[in-house]
Amino acid sequence: MANEAVLRLEGRSNRRPRQRIGEVVIITIVLAYAGVLLIGPLAAIVWGALSSGIGEFVAQLTSPNAIAALQLTLFLAFAATAINTVFGVCVAWVLVRDDFPGKRFVNGLVDLPFAASPVIAGYMLILLFGRNGWLTPVADLLGVKIVFAIPGMLLATLFVSMPFVVREVMPLLAHVGTTQEMAAYTMGAGPWQTFWRVTLPSIRWGLFYGISLTFARAIGEFGAVLVVSGGVTGYTETATLFIFRALDDRNPAGAYAMALTLGLTSFVVLLVMEYFKKRSSPMPS
Amino acid sequence: MTGAVASTAPLPPRVELLRPWGRWGLRATAITYLLLVIVAPLSAVLADGFGTGLAAFLRDVTSPVALSALKLTIFVAVVTTVINAVMGTLTAYALVRYDFPGRAVLNGIVDLPFAIPTLVTGVMLVVLYGPQRLVGQWLQSQGIEVIFATPGIVLAMLFVTYPFVVRTVQPVLLGAEVRQEEAAFSLGASKWTAFRRILLPTLAPALISGCLLSFARALGEFGSVVIVAGNIPNVTLTAPVHIYGQIESQNQQGASAMSTVLLALSFVLMLIIDTMQARRTVDRG
Repeated sequence: MANEAVLRLEGRSNRRPRQRIGEVVIITIVLAYAGVLLIGPLAAIVWGALSSGIGEFVAQLTSPNAIAALQLTLFLAFAATAINTVFGVCVAWVLVRDDFPGKRFVNGLVDLPFAASPVIAGYMLILLFGRNGWLTPVADLLGVKIVFAIPGMLLATLFVSMPFVVREVMPLLAHVGTTQEMAAYTMGAGPWQTFWRVTLPSIRWGLFYGISLTFARAIGEFGAVLVVSGGVTGYTETATLFIFRALDDRNPAGAYAMALTLGLTSFVVLLVMEYFKKRSSPMPS
Repeated sequence: MTGAVASTAPLPPRVELLRPWGRWGLRATAITYLLLVIVAPLSAVLADGFGTGLAAFLRDVTSPVALSALKLTIFVAVVTTVINAVMGTLTAYALVRYDFPGRAVLNGIVDLPFAIPTLVTGVMLVVLYGPQRLVGQWLQSQGIEVIFATPGIVLAMLFVTYPFVVRTVQPVLLGAEVRQEEAAFSLGASKWTAFRRILLPTLAPALISGCLLSFARALGEFGSVVIVAGNIPNVTLTAPVHIYGQIESQNQQGASAMSTVLLALSFVLMLIIDTMQARRTVDRG
């Protein structure tokens, strides 16, 4: 931030009037573009959801199907975030502190969910656990139904939200190094104690940022969950699937109410994210 | 968010913080988790895509509907990426170099597309630009169709991919020296020449990774496109929506073939991004 301030000060000295015009033009273009692209649609959904009155908005959200959908979304998001936090830190630790043949390949795998279409993510699970799937016998043996049921939707959510914690924690873990951990060891701390007292505190803001990104992705996931859910209203219907079905059923009021709710939730998560990001960013450039 | 990580940061000096079993245990946990969540599903799709032989694969991929879906997707993703390259760089430039009212808000709002569920993006765009809607009606009277047409798909992809170029270019711009540009001015270079000859070469690697990331993201986009596009085969049907259609109509072969093509494209893109980042970190170090 200090660096930035200096840059701007330097830019201001010996500025000619023509540059001033260029500056105004660029700022106007950027603000207009962001306004049309981002703010316009946001304003539209607020208007769309509230145009038929607050009463209608609340009625749509408190219908049994809407409540069930919101509950399922929250459940999936919390479960996926918890699992990906634990394993994400583990993966990040291994990728930063450990060394083994094929590490670069494993590192590349972590980014795959960013690049693969969510529809494909869901479809993969159908191939694995659907009829004649490779792992169907295993699932049958354990007596769990995966595809067209909640476990499959959880797996889909896990897949798409996997990389965030790993990618946010890795640079911090690399940056803090091992000196302090070594010191803790010399003073007789065990591995767990060192992790909780030394490592975790130094990566916590990055970890929180990763967690908030994971959570935001998990509550909003649509394509992957759509494919594996089978769409059983009131049972395997998440908030996004509720919107999709409401649009299909020509119930725009319900769709807009739920869309605004999800949008607002994401907005709150975004504010939290920005806070964590600011805390985690003081890294050397 | 995604790209700029210290994945290839030099390993800390080799220290034995953990007893061998601890190290092996963590390594095994991390790799098993990745195998379960990413590798198993991925190999199921690839095996199924090629499982029925190359001839069947080619027939599925080159069917007129599939081919036109693929062409449309690539075309729209290219258009999106080009617009992002220009507007993303301009946004990053304004955010770093200029001070203006709303700068902090803009800086926060850039991340909004990462937080908002893509399906909600689609709903927002329909409310704003749909026929008989706020702006849509006016545009229609001017003879411009947005929703259920290609411009709508571009808008959806632009919304979803907006942060990528901004967030990859911004840190590099923040670190770039203003002095070199000022030297260029004092030697009589215009603002544009200074940008093109001095700043652009510095930004190029980050700009290209940002573009590739947004291209990869646009290729796989589903949630917003499925709502906005209308999904008319041969006209506005994109590749991910085509896969969804094939799954719904129980055509496993067609779904697997198209998934394989999209995954192959993502792999190549990720490989390029990874190589570029590895080179950049080496240059910096």
